[in-house]
Amino acid sequence: MKVAVCVKAVPDAAGGRRLDPATKRLDRSGELAISDFDTYAVEEALKLREAAGEGEVVVVSMGPDRAMDALRKALAMGADRAVLVTDSALEGADALGTARALAGALEKEGADLVLFGQQSADGLGACLWAAVADRLRLPVVSQVSELTVGDGSLTGKRQTEFGYDTIRAPLPAVVAVSDAINTPRYPSLKGIMGAKKKPQETLTADDVGGAAESGTSVVELSPPPPRGEARKLEDDGSAAEAIVEFLVEKRLV
Amino acid sequence: MAKTLVFLEHHEGEVQKGSLAVLAKAVQLGEHAGVIAGSGVRAVADGIGGTIWVADDERLAAPLPQPRVDVLAKLVRDEGYDTVLFAQSVLAADVAAGLAARLDAGLNWGLVDFDGERGRAPALQDTVVVDVAWTSPVRIGVFRAGSLDVGEVGGAADVREVTVELEDFSTVAEMVEQAHAEQQGPSIEDADVIVAGGRGLGEPEKFALAEELARALGGAVAATRAVVDAGWYPYSAQVGQTGKTVSPKLYVALGISGAIQHKVGMQGSNVIVAINKDPNAPIFEYSDLGVVGDLHEIVPKLTELVRARRS
Ligand SMILES: Cc1cc2nc3c(=O)[nH]c(=O)nc-3n(C[C@H](O)[C@H](O)[C@H](O)COP(=O)(O)OP(=O)(O)OC[C@H]3O[C@@H](n4cnc5c(N)ncnc54)[C@H](O)[C@@H]3O)c2cc1C
Ligand SMILES: Nc1ncnc2c1ncn2[C@@H]1O[C@H](COP(=O)(O)O)[C@@H](O)[C@H]1O
Repeated sequence: MKVAVCVKAVPDAAGGRRLDPATKRLDRSGELAISDFDTYAVEEALKLREAAGEGEVVVVSMGPDRAMDALRKALAMGADRAVLVTDSALEGADALGTARALAGALEKEGADLVLFGQQSADGLGACLWAAVADRLRLPVVSQVSELTVGDGSLTGKRQTEFGYDTIRAPLPAVVAVSDAINTPRYPSLKGIMGAKKKPQETLTADDVGGAAESGTSVVELSPPPPRGEARKLEDDGSAAEAIVEFLVEKRLV
Repeated sequence: MAKTLVFLEHHEGEVQKGSLAVLAKAVQLGEHAGVIAGSGVRAVADGIGGTIWVADDERLAAPLPQPRVDVLAKLVRDEGYDTVLFAQSVLAADVAAGLAARLDAGLNWGLVDFDGERGRAPALQDTVVVDVAWTSPVRIGVFRAGSLDVGEVGGAADVREVTVELEDFSTVAEMVEQAHAEQQGPSIEDADVIVAGGRGLGEPEKFALAEELARALGGAVAATRAVVDAGWYPYSAQVGQTGKTVSPKLYVALGISGAIQHKVGMQGSNVIVAINKDPNAPIFEYSDLGVVGDLHEIVPKLTELVRARRS
């Protein structure tokens, strides 16, 4: 079984994420890391490969060329191969452009199962899979917190606003997994050492059917409305006392 | 002027409040209609008012996104709608994105407002407000949960039937079991004080920490989706987009990162206190008191101190 996993390289949370006022796009100049939510999808793919005793896990991404460094974390976890669609023509691509590029790359792969994370840590659209599935003309199941695959089909359990759904779909299919589905493994030292030698392919916009025009634009950025006085403190052993003082002040105890 | 189509999500015969709020928004923008897709759903349109397209077909019985993309794409093409609006939900997000791909239409999500030209969408955990626009002929927008007031809609609906034509790949996913609400559990909606636990508790047994603090404060215990889906706590206690919306006097968040889908369920709380060991956790962006530290160290002491004060 071949599983493709879509992973996004995002600015590291610790470095802070900001929009560049000049380009009105996310500032990607700092360190890039694989979006946490996507490590659950990588883990699920590895588990499926291990359970089957055979198969391939390929991570697929669209981003700047430096994104390959972030993809290496997925290789260190155990993925077999990385494919990065990178092209200046794709810079600033919105959901439409990203979906087109990923679908183009995925079409070449012809995986039995395409996995996504539950949302990107910076974009939070939580919907890209549905656009990709439509382009690939494959069934899609999102927010899956329990996944079983076998006999040419998959069954996923997921939470909606009304309770839990169980959905079945034939393979090949697209599935987005929630961050409750598993506990992603940490790359082992051996995994980290081996990652560099695994196949890492880059594709251009032309390789994936050309760049799509974006359907959206950013007009203006502004600061959020000011908040009332908020306090933040670091625990030095007296945090419990500080919280109680605060609650007393607010007449909550 | 915009010609707007609004996706009306329904459950057990009722259109969702969020969808009605988006419809009310569309009424302000000009020419508009709603669309209801399902099986045996003709009566769902009653009392909404205005033009309502109804796609009634057995293959639309389960609330799955892909056949709905087919229905909406056909309506947009046949009737010339230039704007399609949704209220955020698990289903709506998938329909909206599938439709965007199908129609090569720009998609903006997380909208809190839209004036017919531009939308407003807070981004990066609400640290920046972004005014967005569309460059494609058809514009698709998804409103953030709870961002619009439920406006006035109503009256006799002019119901029109949609001829349903579905793609092969749209109908291969099947619903095996739908909207199963797991285990009854505590009710949290009326509590004045809520102590909520997230994955930072470390293990299910550690919910005892949240329970003891809640008992000391005279409140109820809530949870995030991450721990509910992992089976640590019942679904009935979940706060957020796919859980409950609460607005207690005090909300104490223990080991919760503060994802936007959690925030929409508790931002109406009067006072928010968060304990999280990660100084960059988004929850600190909207806490009145944020404590950077290990909850396992702080909470037992806190519970003791609150008990001592109250006795
Ligand atoms: C469509 C959709 C709907 C969703 N609906 C909901 C919803 O209704 N409700 C909801 O809650 N989520 C919802 N989510 C999920 C949401 O995006 C987050 O994944 C979820 O809220 C994360 O839960 P968490 O904060 O418990 O876990 P995590 O994000 O893993 O956060 C755990 C936190 O604990 C902290 N921590 C760890 N150890 C300690 C310690 N010892 N002391 C102090 N802090 C510690 C960590 O720093 C971290 O910030 C939804 C997502 C999607 C895509
Ligand atoms: N640039 C990208 N490259 C690869 N996968 C992506 C990219 N952007 C988003 N994804 C995938 O789509 C999921 C949802 O992203 P989003 O809709 O942006 O929240 C993520 O969890 C990833 O699996």
